[in-house]
Order: sequence, then C-alpha cells, then structure tokens
Amino acid sequence: MKTLVIAEHDNASLKPATLNAVAAAQAIGGEIDILVAGGDCASAAQAAAAVPGIGTVWCADNAAYAHQLAENVSLLIAELAAGYDNVVAPATTNGKNTIPRVAALLDVAQISDIIAVDSPDTFKRPIYAGNVIATVQSSDSKKVITVRTTAFDAVAAEGGSATVEAVAAVHDSGLSTFVSEEVAVSDRPELTAASVVISGGRGMQNGDNFKLLEGIADKLGAAIGASRAAVDAGFVPNDYQVGQTGKIVAPDLYIAVGISGAIQHLAGMKDSKVIVAINKDEDAPIFQVADYGLVADLFTALPEFEGAL
Amino acid sequence: MKALVAVKRVVDYNVKVRAKADGSDVELNNVKMAINPFCEIAVEEAVRLKEAGTVTEVVVVSVGDKSCQEQIRTALALGADRGIHVEVEGRPEPLEVAKLLKGVVDKEAPQLVILGKQSIDGDNNQTGQMLGALTNMAQGTFASQVKVEGDNLHVTREVDGGLQTLALKLPAIVTTDLRLNEPRYASLPNIMKAKKKPLDVMTPGDMGVEIKTHVTQLSVAPPPERSAGIKVEDVAQLVDKLKNEAKVIA
Repeated sequence: MKTLVIAEHDNASLKPATLNAVAAAQAIGGEIDILVAGGDCASAAQAAAAVPGIGTVWCADNAAYAHQLAENVSLLIAELAAGYDNVVAPATTNGKNTIPRVAALLDVAQISDIIAVDSPDTFKRPIYAGNVIATVQSSDSKKVITVRTTAFDAVAAEGGSATVEAVAAVHDSGLSTFVSEEVAVSDRPELTAASVVISGGRGMQNGDNFKLLEGIADKLGAAIGASRAAVDAGFVPNDYQVGQTGKIVAPDLYIAVGISGAIQHLAGMKDSKVIVAINKDEDAPIFQVADYGLVADLFTALPEFEGAL
Repeated sequence: MKALVAVKRVVDYNVKVRAKADGSDVELNNVKMAINPFCEIAVEEAVRLKEAGTVTEVVVVSVGDKSCQEQIRTALALGADRGIHVEVEGRPEPLEVAKLLKGVVDKEAPQLVILGKQSIDGDNNQTGQMLGALTNMAQGTFASQVKVEGDNLHVTREVDGGLQTLALKLPAIVTTDLRLNEPRYASLPNIMKAKKKPLDVMTPGDMGVEIKTHVTQLSVAPPPERSAGIKVEDVAQLVDKLKNEAKVIA
C-alpha cells in the first residue's frame, strides 16, 4: 500500500501540519511519499526529505503552483495519484480548498477531517460541530483523506534522507490567477502550532483591549486567538478565529478570556490539555469544560495575571 | 448574468445533536430543520448582486427529499427568483450532490454558482470544490468578498494566514464564509410571494446520474466528555495551580 502526503508549506519552509498528516499516513500503514507543489519550493522539498520514513519527495516546482491555486494543483495531484492507494493532506485551508477537487477528478469520495484511523479503510471523524463522532468506512479503491492535525501527534522533522525527484508535469488551467494577499505578520507562534493559546471573546469589548492579552502572550510564548463573536464584531482579523469553522487548536494550555463558550467555539479548543476560563459570568458554559475557572472581571484579572507571571 | 445558488436542509444550528443510544445514527426525530447557515449567506450574496444590477436572475437549487422544498421556499422569500428541487431519497454524499448540481449547471448555464462552504451536519466542506472539478470551473472558496471586475470575478478568501484575493474566469464557483454578509430576514409579504414563485422538480434520472455509495457510516458516538474542573478564588491561586498542579507554565 502506498500513500501520497500533500505537503503544507510556504515554498521556503515546510509547515508543521505536514508532520501531522504524515503521522496519519503512518497510522494507515504502508509506504509514504510526499508531494511538495509550489513555486521556488526547493527548500520546502529539502525539509520534507528530512522527515524520517519517507521514500520519495516529489517536487513540482512551477509558477503555476506558486500560490496553491486549487484548479492547477488538483490536476497535478490527480495525475500523481495514479501510483498511490491513498492521498492524505492536512485539513488546512489549502487542503480543504484543493483536495475535494482531487477526489472529484478521481471519482471517489473524500473523507474529511479524520481524527483516528481504525483500519486502512475505516476512520473516525467529527460531525455536527464535533457533537458526534462518526465511524465511517470507505469502499473506494483509492482513498482521499484530509486530516485534523490536532488529532495526530507530529512525526519528527529531522533524521530522514528521502530522495527528492522533480515532477515535470505542468498543469496551468488558466482558470484563476493570484491577485494579492494580506498575511498577518507576527513574532508570535502560529495559532495551530502554539503550545499556549490565549483567546479573547466578546467580553474584550473592543480590539484595543486585546493589548491586555499581548503582554501575557509575550510572557508565555503564546499565540493569540479569538471567538467568532470577537471576529464578527471586528475586534481582530479572521485568522484569529478558533472554532469549528475557524481554526482547530489543541495546545498544552488554552486560556479563554471573556468567552462564553458557544458549542462552535468549544469544538475548536476542547482537546486542549489544560483549559483556563476567565469570565465574569459564573454560569458561562465555558466553565463546564475549564480545568481552572476564574470568575472575575477580565479588566482587573488580566493585568494582575500578567504581573504574576 | 444568471446566478445559481445551492441550499441544503439541515438541523437548525441551535439544536444540540446527539447520538442515538444504540449508536446507529444521530437522533433526528422531531428536531427543528432549517436552511444551512452558510447556504443562507450564499442566497443573500446572490440577492445583493441582483440588487446591485450585476446578476439578472437568481435560481436556487436543493438536493434532497420532498421536505427540502421548504428551504427552497425560504430562499425564494429572501429574494431568489425560482427554484429547482432535485428529488433524492436518503442522504446523498457530497460527490453525488456535486454530480447532480453539475446536471443543473449544464441545463441552466449560470455564470456564477454560489454555495455554502460547508453544511453544519456533515461538516464535509467538499461540494463546491467537487462541482468545480466536474464542471472545470474556477473556484473562490471561503469567500469574504465577491466583486465582478470586467470579465473576472475577484474573490477575497479567508485563509489560514489571513486573506487572499484571486481573479476567477467566469463562469465561476464561490463558496461562502461567515463574514461575506449578514443575511436579511424574510418579510411576511415576501414569504407570501415566495409561495407563487416557480419551483421545478427534477430527478437524478433526468440528469443521467446514478447515485452511488462510497462511504458507509458504521456507527456514531458522543465525543469524549470533558468534565468541569475547579473554580479558583483569585489570580494568585490560578497562577499557583498552573505552575504547581498542571505544570503548564514555568
């Protein structure tokens, strides 16, 4: 059995989500290769070659793939998939964007967002915003899978020596072109990869007050997140959103500040190892999942917390 | 240009869905059903494009059993012009829904197809992208802004690092994210008017699609429960617990 893992990368480096997807591929079993599709992506391919246990790293380096346009990359993956039993990708926005097109081109189902591998054809995945876990069995000969990265512990990034082979195939559909991007620049760790996350909700009242979280985040080396309510209210940008339809996080420590704890938010953080909730409403549902709850006004508690660290 | 909007009938987002005791399926008896929230955003966007003069006709389609005509009527009340119901029993998988939608696209030839990015029941996030592959159309998924610029559609997308804007050749597919718009409420006169709007029924046979099963749900179960911990008295006790009990901060 052979599995092709689709790398998550920014051309220069390999993103940790790839290592979680490789872990899921290992749980399925068999040989594993990695595809790095991008533009000027040789260094990302080199990083992928260092992942232990990988046979071949396919490097498709072409301007047509530089921005991960789904129309182009899906044609490439569907072509390469001919030599594989499984295609596995992390359920990042890239994976979610491209992989269903691959499945449709191959005329097979996609199994989205798996959290466990029961056997090579049977998987667990959350449905209904994580209120229910379904066990599903695929009857397709080729399986196309996206992986919830927080559910699989990352494999090591170093120690392997896979061969890197160039892929000559160029698929430029001409259907879409990249115009621009606004990427948040931050010295803090990435939300989905941070070991500590501190998130603010509607209780923060405005965007300026998120500064109260920054000092604590700096001291703890934490990433900053937000509830949907805070994003919808315009306090912080969309890429802060933690929840079923935003980012799924599972850090060692998750601190929820001024967040009531809607189901949608809980679905994005309830697998965190330790959860702290700070909220002035003692009946807030967030306290039902918190290991440590502090009923307090965040505007006095946060400066005190920062001072105590 | 003509816009086609796909909508799905799902359990209302306020309902906390549970697994049946025997683990065979989720409990769906007597629960409130509604239009999927992301699909509602899709309808709203199409109607706004019509109000802005960009779109001339909004056709709404739903795939499902007879009861999904209720959600088509909701979309008509929100401003869509006519409806198409593709009648299918059971719960067709995203790939099969995409094949049926391709049949509707072939017949209607819309310049723009808008879908929700995912439905809140299956949480698959697949149908729009699959439709893109089957029709060989460009896609702008997880859209937070949609603008027609000449022959192209500019779609701003919510991606992991922030926002990305793409130019798509028309016809194109858009899937909606939460912040694309805030859907309106249907007014009573519009709800009454919606009852008289045309609604055609099609079958998979009309489109030459044979529904297949690729994935079987073996069982469902509740997720592992997290139990509530303790309430701490003050910040000092919180810091002490995090350092000495949970050992998650140094």
